[in-house]
Amino acid sequence: MNTRILTLAALVCVCLQSVLVFQLPIGFYQQRFWLLLLALAVMACVYLMQRLANITSSRSAGAKFSQLLVPALFGFMVLMLWEAIVRGFNVPLVLMPAPSRIMSTLLNNLPTLWADFQQTYLKAVIAGYLMGCGLGFVTAKWVVRSPFLQKGLLPLGNFMASIPIIGIAPIMVMWFGFDWQSKAAVVVIMTFFPMLINTLAGLKSVDPLHADLMHTYAAGKSQIFFKSQLPQAMPFIFNALKLNSTLALIGAIVAEFFGTPIVGMGFRISAEVGRMNMDMVWATIFVAALAGSLSYGALALLERWVTFWHPSIRDKRS
Amino acid sequence: MQRLKSLTQHTGFAVAVVVLALLIVWYMAALWMNGQQLIMTLERTQQPWTYLEIVRNAYGIARPPLPVPHQIAVELYNSIVNQPITSRRSLLYHTIITLNSTLLGFAMGSILGILIAVGIVHNRTLNASLMPWVIASQTVPILAIAPIIVVVLGSINITGILPKAMISMYLSFFPVTIGMVKGLRSADKLHMELMMTYNASAQQMFWKLRWFSAQPYLFASLKIAISAALVGAIVAELPTGAQGGLGARLLSGSYYGQTIQIWAALIMSALLGWFLITLVGLAERWILKRRGAVL
Repeated sequence: MNTRILTLAALVCVCLQSVLVFQLPIGFYQQRFWLLLLALAVMACVYLMQRLANITSSRSAGAKFSQLLVPALFGFMVLMLWEAIVRGFNVPLVLMPAPSRIMSTLLNNLPTLWADFQQTYLKAVIAGYLMGCGLGFVTAKWVVRSPFLQKGLLPLGNFMASIPIIGIAPIMVMWFGFDWQSKAAVVVIMTFFPMLINTLAGLKSVDPLHADLMHTYAAGKSQIFFKSQLPQAMPFIFNALKLNSTLALIGAIVAEFFGTPIVGMGFRISAEVGRMNMDMVWATIFVAALAGSLSYGALALLERWVTFWHPSIRDKRS
Repeated sequence: MQRLKSLTQHTGFAVAVVVLALLIVWYMAALWMNGQQLIMTLERTQQPWTYLEIVRNAYGIARPPLPVPHQIAVELYNSIVNQPITSRRSLLYHTIITLNSTLLGFAMGSILGILIAVGIVHNRTLNASLMPWVIASQTVPILAIAPIIVVVLGSINITGILPKAMISMYLSFFPVTIGMVKGLRSADKLHMELMMTYNASAQQMFWKLRWFSAQPYLFASLKIAISAALVGAIVAELPTGAQGGLGARLLSGSYYGQTIQIWAALIMSALLGWFLITLVGLAERWILKRRGAVL
């Protein structure tokens, strides 16, 4: 009974805080009284998260629901704090725009942001990602047959993984021009080595028992590859694909810092930082974050579908 | 014959062959790319030319589209040995600037990552609320916010190496957190139960058991974290009109078409990354050896 009242009080407190943030005049933390409400609201959020986390570990029917709700509540708490501090202390726009301001900028500039997204993501990232991953896969498939090449290429691949490849961006811009082709080239080089190393590890991880079994079936070379080798390499390949989806976006955006036509997410960020339009910068970053998270999520879903037999995925289902 | 066979199976031989092949491809590509440019300029001025001349001159252009390794080596030698280390023309000067912010960011990121991991392992609420965000933070193209952090911190009078270090920190905390969460949870179950029967507190459990079970994981993560920190430092030097650093060197090289300078900075950053990872590897060997691990 007691916990129920407390939960209700916490909910009311959070709602009150989130409504008041928008109603009070800007700079309301000059009256220190409102800071008390903010502290209360944060404590209320923490309390709610604790209660929900207990449900998660109790293996009840609501566990799955609260598994999503706890991080959502945490995100909400951060947004609430951010909005309240920016409005309450009247933080200048240059320093940090409020989330509501970023959202309205985003909605008001949709055509510009869409053009940037098209230039950077739909052209450079996707073309470079497909070519880099495809090239890495083909090279791995070719190298795995020769132990000599493996010995020679693996140390080089590991060395390349340890160096900041992003530095190649200015050279690519010089070679392939300002348009999206140079960004795609940077993405190809950045995604190639993770794909090569992971695919190689995956293709080498084949269970010898499986290979023997395929042999007793008198399977042909392509049958062995498609029915035994490739499926067993898939978890490794998806690791690289997921890692590369973030790398590709970073590569394309950073490459645009070195020269670009007047469109593209990297161009937008560097241009608007120069003009101190921080709300537009944050809106672009929001788009980039959304694109990054969605592509990562889509790849994760695809992985569940392709490698449904893998223990790590079967465990989650049961 | 036997000796020759054992030589060809050595890893070093394989690496040498691959590197040699790469160098040959490099020189051929340079001949092709630089030669084309030479022919274009000669034809524009309507001067006569022969293929022999082109081949002779292709490796000596001042701003070649693709510099060859010996040109880069000369540039590296000139900008490291022939310049005093305090000069802005010295590559070592810029390397040290980048190294400083990399190391500061790496230290901050590692400590932050370890603290978050300890919190996540010991507190159920933190595990449920923070862990998904830690993972989500990496699907975001973090480097894109590098200019913002530098501008924001600059406007409240925090300049110099700290903003760059913050970006390195943001990039390097993630692998440490993930590795440490895994490592702290990897303590042997029998040992944990033994500690339970001793009525050990959570603190004792941490310092006497979990901390040691996490060390191998920690070092694997630190190697990833330090190369991420280096990337962060270099990118942070790009868009800010930074005064120095390898990133600034890359940017000024690209503004003025100084290709050899770009390649020299690139090679230098590769060497720096390799050196830092080797350093972490040495520390790993030393510490794990003291614990009696077989390496």
